[in-house]
Parts: sequence; structure tokens; C-alpha cells
Amino acid sequence: MTEPLARPKRKNPLRRTRQPLLPQSVRSRTAHGLTAAAAQGRFELQRCVDCAAVFYPPRDACPRCLSPRVPFVPVDDRGTLAVETTIHASTDPYFRERMPWRVGLVRLDCGPVVLAHLHGDAREGDRVRLDLKLDKGGAPVLVALPAKDTPHMTDDRQLREMTCDPKFRRVLITDGRNSVGQAMAKAFSDAGAAIVFVGVADAWKPFAGQEMLRKLAGVEIVPLDLTDTESVTELAEQNGARTDIIVNTAEHVRPGGILQRHGLTVAREEMDVRYFGLMRLAQAFGPAMRSRGADGVNSATAFVNLLSVYALMNWPAYGAYSATEAACLSAAQCLRAELRPGGVKVLNVFFGPLDTEWFQTVPPPKVAPEALARAVVQALQRGLEDVFVGDIAEEVRARLSVNPKALERELAG
Amino acid sequence: MASDLLRLVQRVAQGSIRVVDLTQTLTQEFPVITLPPELGQCAPFRIEEVSRYDERGPAWYWNNITVGEHCGTHFDAPIHWISGKDLPHNSVDTIPPAKFIAPASVIDCSRECAADPEFMLTVPFVEAWEKRHGRIAAGEWVLLRTDWSKKSYADYAGLTEEGAHTPGPAPEVVRWLVEERDVHGFGTETIGTDYGQAQHFNPPYPAHFYMHGKGRYGLQCLTNLDQLPPKGAVILAAPLKIKQGSGSPLRVLALVEEAASPPPSRRASRGRGISTGRSR
Repeated sequence: MTEPLARPKRKNPLRRTRQPLLPQSVRSRTAHGLTAAAAQGRFELQRCVDCAAVFYPPRDACPRCLSPRVPFVPVDDRGTLAVETTIHASTDPYFRERMPWRVGLVRLDCGPVVLAHLHGDAREGDRVRLDLKLDKGGAPVLVALPAKDTPHMTDDRQLREMTCDPKFRRVLITDGRNSVGQAMAKAFSDAGAAIVFVGVADAWKPFAGQEMLRKLAGVEIVPLDLTDTESVTELAEQNGARTDIIVNTAEHVRPGGILQRHGLTVAREEMDVRYFGLMRLAQAFGPAMRSRGADGVNSATAFVNLLSVYALMNWPAYGAYSATEAACLSAAQCLRAELRPGGVKVLNVFFGPLDTEWFQTVPPPKVAPEALARAVVQALQRGLEDVFVGDIAEEVRARLSVNPKALERELAG
Repeated sequence: MASDLLRLVQRVAQGSIRVVDLTQTLTQEFPVITLPPELGQCAPFRIEEVSRYDERGPAWYWNNITVGEHCGTHFDAPIHWISGKDLPHNSVDTIPPAKFIAPASVIDCSRECAADPEFMLTVPFVEAWEKRHGRIAAGEWVLLRTDWSKKSYADYAGLTEEGAHTPGPAPEVVRWLVEERDVHGFGTETIGTDYGQAQHFNPPYPAHFYMHGKGRYGLQCLTNLDQLPPKGAVILAAPLKIKQGSGSPLRVLALVEEAASPPPSRRASRGRGISTGRSR
């Protein structure tokens, strides 16, 4: 049974903050098939199209029949932990600091025997589930979990190295004026975050949900306007060294394409709130987060971007909005590369129309803010990088992988 | 014997004519007019540092700023409103510069506004004021002292679910000031020259409609009106020369005969709601 995580002590100001180290992260191009699956939380291995052999580690040809047709496909994640060992010494700087470390060989029901990191509740001879995770360096690794969930299992020390669990962490929700920000504040409060800082711009403007927000456990309202560089910088000066997770809930949704915009005023606002807002946030908070990736139980761990799935393919009915979201996605990819040396993950959460005022005229299915918030918390608990929430986002993802041109045409209506 | 002009400057330097700054500092958090979100919005004041004696410019500090024409203490030109759109010299770049200097009548209704945040200026109120201080002369600014500039931002904006609740003029008094008194323009401490709920007046936004319809000007987000005498102050209010500009943020100064002005009162520091003070 996993020892429940204790609330971390206050930091000893006399001790140096440990600099983040990363496990070895180089993978072959083929092996990034695992990265893609791990990023989205799927369990996939290569299976030969010709002889159906499932194998691991990734190879360019089937080890049984030499066929080059070896795509990554979802496979059965169940197996038996055949043998385990505990490593007490390593020359690898990352693992040296984390000794002892348990690994083992798992015989998968679908065939291969794989080397995996072990959850504390997975013991030799047990039935286990294998999970593909991204480690601190963003590389895909296999983790053997107990066959059934055990109490406090997300508190496992080795598992937490690969996840971004909000428990006991300090979270910044950047915009609490909208329903997504409020749902997010509640979800993180419920998930055991130590403090949930919630940004509110223009406090002189009343907004719905203000009272509910103030009553949430652990919520602290802070002045924050992502369109104002000084406001972002000032908050970072105060809270930058104790911000472990950022969830950027600032939104700017307006219908209409390029031609309906009639000038650039609204387009500039979109870019200011979303794209420049992301840059301001990243510049102000990113460097401190990157240096705090190994700062104990409540280390800096994730930067969450909420992105329209139409960042991936323009939806002309909300065309200018889609273009802004695409800019944000590109910036998020850059930020992911820049935060990776600190072991801080960038989680991109994609969704279709939300069940909010600015999508009032759009028919269902729509994503409720509460569902989005739940998905964000779960994705952090699992350590994912890319998440698609709701039917529309799932469909766009599926169709992009089949025929993006058809999707473009059909979104045009 | 010095010319009148040099004499004036000497008196300013000596302090027998006092210069009162009627301008709010341009800051990011100062409230701007709020319109329904589907309409175009006035850009708030924003500042981006270009360099500060660093690798971006080793020996100099400067900023890029963005700001809407109607942000902070600002001037409204007649072209701002549809009623003034076809008048000659109706934009900030074409208004004759002599118009930027004019005397002011300052109507103090701060006591009434303290009792009623929706105080409405009426013709009888102004007539009673004239009985005490003299008739408003043609070509004078009429400035409304409400002490609104001393409020917290939330109270300053006065927003509820029904919109803004701030003092301002009734439609008749604006028309009366233009037609019966031939005033230069109308100035307020509030976000706009109009009453908070002026969208429900007939015509809506009468201070804009009547003033600009007759080529008169507006000043808003003024401060320190409590340091002006009811009569006799001279207002210097020259907007930026923006091509076809509808208005602009500006520095508004008042020249006041020292003997005539009430002593500067200690200003209460502005409450900022949940905001913390700016550190820089």
C-alpha cells in the first residue's frame, strides 16, 4: 500500500534549491511512436501487420518476420511482473538522487517481455497494468501499475516523477472572471492543491461567480491582467517562486472569420489576451518554474494551455479565433521545448465549442467548463502532454490523422 | 513694463498664479468606458518597456505605449459623436488651437453626489449656482465637480447589472448650456461626460449629442477640481494632434489666481479593491 503523501514542510531557506536533472531522453525517430502515445495517454506498441507479432523496444522491422510494416497500435496493457529488482547505485546523475529505484521485467499478455519502472504496489509475481508515461525529460517510459487501483496510488514516489499531480501544489488560474476559470479553481481546490491563486483583472468590474470563487477552500484572489505586462510581472515577483502549476484560463472568443472582423481592433484583442498573454505569462513565470523542477514534493511541474481544437484546423465560423488559437499552439510547442530542461511539462488541452456564452448559437455537443476542468486535473494526475476533451475534439483529432484536406473543406461549410 | 504675456509667466513662476494639474496619471488599471462586449472597445492604456539601460538599449530607458483615444483624462472632439460628424474643424487636428485655452465655471455638486451617486445636474441647479457665483459666460468650460476622482475604482465606475451609476447632466441642462449659455464645452471627473445611465435618456448620451452636435468639446476623467474656484480659472487643454482624431488623452492644466483658489486639500489615497500597489 502506498504511504499517503505528507504535506510538504516549508522550505528551508538555508538550503540550496536542487537544480533539475533529467533522465536520459534520447530516442530514435521510430521510438517517438511511443512518445506520441504516451503524450495522449494511450498504451500502444508496435504490431507487425504481416505476422501480428507485438514487440518492444521499437524497431524499424519486425523481429520475427522482418516486415517493415510495423505501426504503433493500441494493445492489451495487462501482464505479469515476472521479476523485480531494486537499484541502489547508479552513475546516472538523475537516478543517483532518487535511489533506491525499483524496476522489473513484465511479461505482457500480448507477447513481449518489457523492462519497466515499478509502482510501489506492483510486486513480483503480481498481475499488473502497464502504462506509457513521459518521464521528467519528456521521453516515453513504461511503468508497471498494480492491476487494480490501490489507495493513494498516485502518491507513489516513482510515479510522481512522471506525473504533475496538483496535490499539495500551488496553482495559478490566470482568469477567474469566466466560467472556465471558476470551474478550474473548484477542480484544483477539490484535487488537494495547497493554494489556488486565481487571477482577476479589472476588479472594479463586477462578475458572476465572484462570491462562489471567494468561498472555495484554498483559493486566493490575486490581481492579474494578462494584457498588462506589468501586472503579470508584479504577480511573478510575488508568487513566481511558489507557483508549481499554471493553468491559463484567459479566453477571448468571438465568432466570425477574417472578413467579418471589420478592422483589427478585435483581432488585436484576441492576440493580446491569448498569444501575447501566453508570452507574458511564460516570460514572467517560466524561468523560475524551470529552475524549480526538482524542488521537492511541491516542485514546479506544469504549464497548462487551454486551446481550441480549431488551432489544428481553422473553423471559419470562428475563423479569426481559430487563427489566434493556432498561434497559441505554436507558442506552446516552443514553450514546451524551453521548459523541458527543468522537467516542467506543458500540457495542451484541446476542446471544441464550450458550453459558454460566446458559443451560445452553436448546437451541442459542447464541453461544459466543469468537464474541461476535470479533464485538466486528470491529465495532470496522469502526466499527459496532449489531451482532447469532448466528442468534437476527438473527432477533429481522428479526422486530421486520416484526411486533413477533407476536414478543411467540411469545416468551411 | 513687461507685456501681459510675460507678466503672466512671471506670476506663474512666482506662484501668484497657481498651476493645478487636472490630469489623472495614465495607468493600466484606471477604468475605461465599458460597452457591451460585442461592440468595439476602447483600448486601455498599456506600456511595454523597449529598453531600460540593458542589452536592448544600454544607455537609455523608453517605452512603447498603446492607448485608445478615450482613455484616462481625455478630450472629446465634436467628430466623436454622430451629431458632430459633419461640422467643420471637428477633429483634434483641425480644431483651431486658440480653442485649447478657455476659462471655466466650476459647478460644485460634490455634497449632492456624496448623498446620491446618481445625482443629476438640472437647469434649476445651475441657475441657483449662477445666483451665487454669476452667470456662466459664453465660451467657458463648464466643469462638474463631483469628487468622483477620489473614489475607489469600483465606486468610480459604479457598475451594477444595470450599468454605470455615476452622476452627470440631465438632457435639458446640456441643451440649455449650449443654446442659452453658449458654453465652450463640458468637463467631468467621471469616465464620460454623460450621466451613468444616460443610454436611457432621450436623446441617449445628451452631453455627447448636444455638445458635439454644436461643435463643443468634452473633458472627462478630470481630477483636482476641488482646487478650482467657481469662476476665474483658465483651462489649458490641448489634445494630441491625431489625424482625424476623435479625441485624445491629454494633460489638462488650470491656471488659478492664488487668492481665488481653495487651499489644496489632503487627498485620500485611492483604494484599489483587491489590487496591490504598483512597486515601480
